[in-house]
Amino acid sequence: MNTTAIVSPVSLNAFLGVVLVVVASGAGFFGATSLSLGQFFNGLLGQADTATNIIVQELRLPRILLGALCGATLGYAGALLQGLLRNPLADPGVIGVSASASLGAVIVIYLGAATAGSMAIPMGAIAGALVATGLLVLVSMRDASVLTLILAGVGISSLAAAGISLVMNFAPHPMTLQEMILWMMGSLENRSYSDVMLAVPFMAAGALCVIGAGQGLNALSLGEDTARTLGIDLKLLRLRIIAGTALAVGATVAVAGAVGFIGLVVPHFARALIGFEPKKLLVPSALMGAILLLLADMVTRMPIGYGQLRLGVVMGVIGAPVFLYIIFKTRETMR
Amino acid sequence: MTNPLRIRMAGLHVRYGTKTVVDDVNLDLQPGELVGLVGPNGAGKTTLLRALLGLAEATGSVHVGDVTLSDMAVRDRAKLFAYLAQGGPVHWPLTVESLVALGRVPHKTPWQKLTDVDAGHIESAMAATGVQDLRDRLVTHLSGGERARVLLARALAADAPYLLADEPAASLDPHYQLEMMALLRGHIDETHGGVVVLHDLNLAQHFCDRLLVINQGKLIADGVPEDVLSDVLLRDVFAISAARWDDAGDSFLVPKAMPRLSGGL
Repeated sequence: MNTTAIVSPVSLNAFLGVVLVVVASGAGFFGATSLSLGQFFNGLLGQADTATNIIVQELRLPRILLGALCGATLGYAGALLQGLLRNPLADPGVIGVSASASLGAVIVIYLGAATAGSMAIPMGAIAGALVATGLLVLVSMRDASVLTLILAGVGISSLAAAGISLVMNFAPHPMTLQEMILWMMGSLENRSYSDVMLAVPFMAAGALCVIGAGQGLNALSLGEDTARTLGIDLKLLRLRIIAGTALAVGATVAVAGAVGFIGLVVPHFARALIGFEPKKLLVPSALMGAILLLLADMVTRMPIGYGQLRLGVVMGVIGAPVFLYIIFKTRETMR
Repeated sequence: MTNPLRIRMAGLHVRYGTKTVVDDVNLDLQPGELVGLVGPNGAGKTTLLRALLGLAEATGSVHVGDVTLSDMAVRDRAKLFAYLAQGGPVHWPLTVESLVALGRVPHKTPWQKLTDVDAGHIESAMAATGVQDLRDRLVTHLSGGERARVLLARALAADAPYLLADEPAASLDPHYQLEMMALLRGHIDETHGGVVVLHDLNLAQHFCDRLLVINQGKLIADGVPEDVLSDVLLRDVFAISAARWDDAGDSFLVPKAMPRLSGGL
């Protein structure tokens, strides 16, 4: 095979845009109370019966919005970090923000989240993510190499994981421990507009940081020295991408828990379709991330066994084999 | 009036810690000539190129026309020099065409798309290096010679006044070495110049208008190849002697290790 591009980026993005609308609509019909297409759209416009209006506007819509935003953030962040680190195995977890956000959430649960209000856990996660973001920004401002950035991320992640274990170790009650574990498995259940309003400013700030970063990522394909001679300010590029992805991913973890694999696998899906140019992978990775998370969330709503599937579990079970398949298929190209 | 593209270096120093790698280099460069930079390993050739590119911190002064190089915006500096790095890493399996297009990055803001003018430069660079038929191939699937031509096409697509090439002939077979040097030579005209780091002294004297010899960070010779590559310089700088002959006006030299080195080799 001479080239990896099967479709043009424009065609792929248009197709994914349509699929996203279809999947998001499907996510609106699907749930404990099944709705018809007419009921869903009437509920959306507030013209159905009161129960349907509430189900659509207060339960389904914020969940769909959050699912799409979180999935898009994770996909986009994965493509950015793989481009920046020039490593196809990089994902948002590699910079340590996911683990730090989880630590923040777990500490709040330990301290008694139920009495502190429904937004206490996500606020704790945001605080954890901001601490990690601050540390990463300090490292990247010192003109750190890619290796230093990765090692800093691994260090922050390990430290946060140790902190999580410590807090769990001292959990005052088995129910508290269970709450911590379930939260970390990820979920979009019972999310409201408050969660959307909490996450969106950080996601928007993150997106603003990284807007226009694609050209620098393309130039980095030729190595750091050549990228600099092409006029790319590498220090600024690193700072923007690290800060931007950390803010947005931190917000994602705060409202949906730690959802792995999306940021890792989605850029590989995009590469299999449109090739390896880092800039062109950003938009399709965001769209595919949104679609994938909405689909995974629909799976979590299926009644399976005694319990309920968690988002992180579904992504892991689906994501890992698909990732292995993609790696197997593209091994010749990557050589 | 000063040629706006003439480069004047004065008292250039580069230090890595306490070690002086480039030591008080003074030289002029201008479009229209291919300048060979030769010297033993570790002499400071690559560091001199890196200082010019802004990749190594240097003291001293470098002027481009009447402008101080360090005062130029990063993007303006990028438009002045196209850099062909030693080894030319490519981290993703890009198509040849998209790799060559990266040469236009200095001319574009992150928001600008490639125009017809950019496409023209990309096409002429691919035509000059003979890689048009490879445009849809992945760079990871090319032979060493093809890959070297593609990387040169990327540098040529920048249409920069100066092309700085660091050992572009290294790891190529003799045919591709000659082809690479001929391509570099063919790129030189009144608005384009080049500096090329070389270890092969035959290639250097054959293709370059002027040779700079660097030894232990110092510029010790600067002139036309036949004057620069004297027996004394070969002995003192490279610790070699050379058998020489002429073939239809072209001069060649076969290096021989000096007696003091042969015992140790």
